[in-house]
Amino acid sequence: MTLARFVRKNAFRNKRRTLLTVGSMAFSLLLLSFLMCVWRAFYVDQGSAESAQRLIVRHKVSLANFIPGYYREKIRAVPGVVHVVQVNWFQGIYRDPKPENFFARFGTDPEEFFATYKELSIPPDQEEAWKKDQAGAVADKALADKYGWKLGDRIVIQGDIYPVKLELTLRGIFTASVPNNALYFHWKYVEEGVPFAKGHAGTFGILVDSPAHVNAVASAVDQLFANAPEPTKTETEKAFQLGFISMLGNVKAFILVISLAAVFTILLVTGNTMAMSIRERTREVAVLKTLGFRRETILGLFVGEAIAIALVGGIVGSLIAILLLKGASQAPQMGPLFSVAAREWRFIAPVVWLIAGIAGLVSSAIPAYGASRKGIVEGLRHIG
Amino acid sequence: MAIPISYNVRNMVLRKGLTFMTAMGIALTVMTAVFLMMLLAGMKKAFVKSGDPLNVLVMRKGSTSELAGGFTKDKLPILTALPGIAKSSSGEPLVSGEWVVIVNLPRKDGTGDTNVTLRGMGANGLELRKNVKLIAGAWFGSGQHEIVVSQSIHSRFAHTGVGDMLDFGKGQWKVTGIFDGGGTSADSEMWGDVNQVADQFNRQNALGSAYLHATDPLAADTLKHRVADDQRLQLEGMLETDYYEKQTSSGAPIRFMGYIVGLTMAIGSIFAATNTMYAAVAYRSREIATLRVIGFRRGSILLSFIFESVLLALLGAAVGIVLMLPFNGMSTGTSNAVTFSEVVFKMQITLAVVLYATIFALVMGLIGGVAPAWGAARRDILAALRD
Repeated sequence: MTLARFVRKNAFRNKRRTLLTVGSMAFSLLLLSFLMCVWRAFYVDQGSAESAQRLIVRHKVSLANFIPGYYREKIRAVPGVVHVVQVNWFQGIYRDPKPENFFARFGTDPEEFFATYKELSIPPDQEEAWKKDQAGAVADKALADKYGWKLGDRIVIQGDIYPVKLELTLRGIFTASVPNNALYFHWKYVEEGVPFAKGHAGTFGILVDSPAHVNAVASAVDQLFANAPEPTKTETEKAFQLGFISMLGNVKAFILVISLAAVFTILLVTGNTMAMSIRERTREVAVLKTLGFRRETILGLFVGEAIAIALVGGIVGSLIAILLLKGASQAPQMGPLFSVAAREWRFIAPVVWLIAGIAGLVSSAIPAYGASRKGIVEGLRHIG
Repeated sequence: MAIPISYNVRNMVLRKGLTFMTAMGIALTVMTAVFLMMLLAGMKKAFVKSGDPLNVLVMRKGSTSELAGGFTKDKLPILTALPGIAKSSSGEPLVSGEWVVIVNLPRKDGTGDTNVTLRGMGANGLELRKNVKLIAGAWFGSGQHEIVVSQSIHSRFAHTGVGDMLDFGKGQWKVTGIFDGGGTSADSEMWGDVNQVADQFNRQNALGSAYLHATDPLAADTLKHRVADDQRLQLEGMLETDYYEKQTSSGAPIRFMGYIVGLTMAIGSIFAATNTMYAAVAYRSREIATLRVIGFRRGSILLSFIFESVLLALLGAAVGIVLMLPFNGMSTGTSNAVTFSEVVFKMQITLAVVLYATIFALVMGLIGGVAPAWGAARRDILAALRD
């Protein structure tokens, strides 16, 4: 009998216990995988290549302050700027104020919108149709699917920040690798209904010619308006999004605390199981020693068993995690975040397996060492 | 039915290591659940306890937050003349025209900037908010570039001490005082003079909202309808308490994460508890048989082992709750989905949190204990004695 086979046989000598341990570890590691994927989606993922080439300009004081619309042409003159377009948060109410009917609605300029946001793809004829119809709108495919919208459908949005009722016609449906669940329409339409909205912009999206020029363009834009009555703050799209995440609270610490709790749980669970199973085998260990097995071999046997169980738990856990992430990416509102998180899984899964392996090693070390040190006679006398 | 309780308790003491490890596993799960519940309890308090039931908040029709408001200043005298408004100490109607703006400020701990609410209020604004106390310095001066900040903002944001200068809008603002909002939404705000705030953001001749303080709850309700019915105004009134209650939905992302985390960890812990109880039962099969011989019935054995499992879980819950006590009162923030700005709140261990945590552990113990206890109770006496 090879040692590997011995370990496998021993791991399954008490099937119920092994299954419960694997199950317990799988759930802790599922949580760990899930949280680490979300963490990577927040802080590590740099978005699409186009996103790395994009800057967002907002008022220096806060997002709720408007910047003048005429800044657009001034920004266009900055070297390195390829396209610039206003993207104005409209908010409003669709159907009713319930949270499930809430999605992002923006007023923009169709002439330059898809040129700036290159990763959103739309059939050219639909884009043309949108440009021609001032009451036209385009929607993300995921959003259109949710409400069953088809081209030509009427979408009525009741304004709240801007007191106007928008009666839009859907002219196009765009797709993106990560659905953004947003609706876009002509800002001109809002300006016509609301006098104070005229010449206002919430944010500008800028497409820079190359990722290398992003920082230079950002500071050039802010310099341009530094002494104007409405100074600006320009940052990369990723930094802009992180601003929203940081508003959710101290998410980093939050994820860290829960992940630590999950890791400690794994340690306790494997430690507990190994202690139980080693204690049960005290007499066997003495027999093995009498047969001539060395201490190191016995230590290796137990540690190997613990690592094997932990690894199975880790693999099962991370597999459930990817299923969960795929499922959560269908959820309204938070869906896009989870679809980014699901993409991160391939980086996280090996890390989780490594953590599982280390947890198996650490938790079994002490009881296994104790068992390997125990005297033969004492061990043989041991009563279960 | 007799249950050998002392037998179970003594066994737990005897097998210290096993008891400790399992209880710690449950304690960690309970700690995570308590942590999340404390966040939610603190947030709930920040919203639900905010607002005075006698205050009527007036905004433009259709507007859902003070930030999205906006009406011309000439409507304020019409509001002031409405019946049912209480009088201030100086005999004027208790009405305050206000502007709420958000300002992006750097956090003290260097984790970046976040949005903070700046509220500009009229001369009677402070008298409208009696539950807020000044704890250092002085209130802002009327017509001055001065602001007061809440204690939570003072501890979380840079340059917010008494005498400091804060830079935003069209210039510098002097911090003259620090106030305590008593766990309400005021704890997330900075206050200043309404005309100064409006001027800074080019919003002269307009107001974002108005507060009317009614003489009694009935008058408050009447005022609310009067505002909505007055055709000259085109405004809408709502009780301040109702306004804040609507914003509790801001806790939804934390609640969502909480359910996922709590449920996953609970399932993991139930497996671990089941494992421990199976081991406990296996070690003691001869003892169980002896108990049966002495005369304990199957039901007693079943209940006794479930009891042991529950006791183990409760021990874990107690440890978990005690370990989380130091977090009580820690202040933290999250974004308000309605106003886009940060809400500051204190984590709170309430009686409900303790109760839910205990029930949570109890359920874990029950589920984890049933199968092993059933196995113990069903064993054949003779076979078990020979084991």
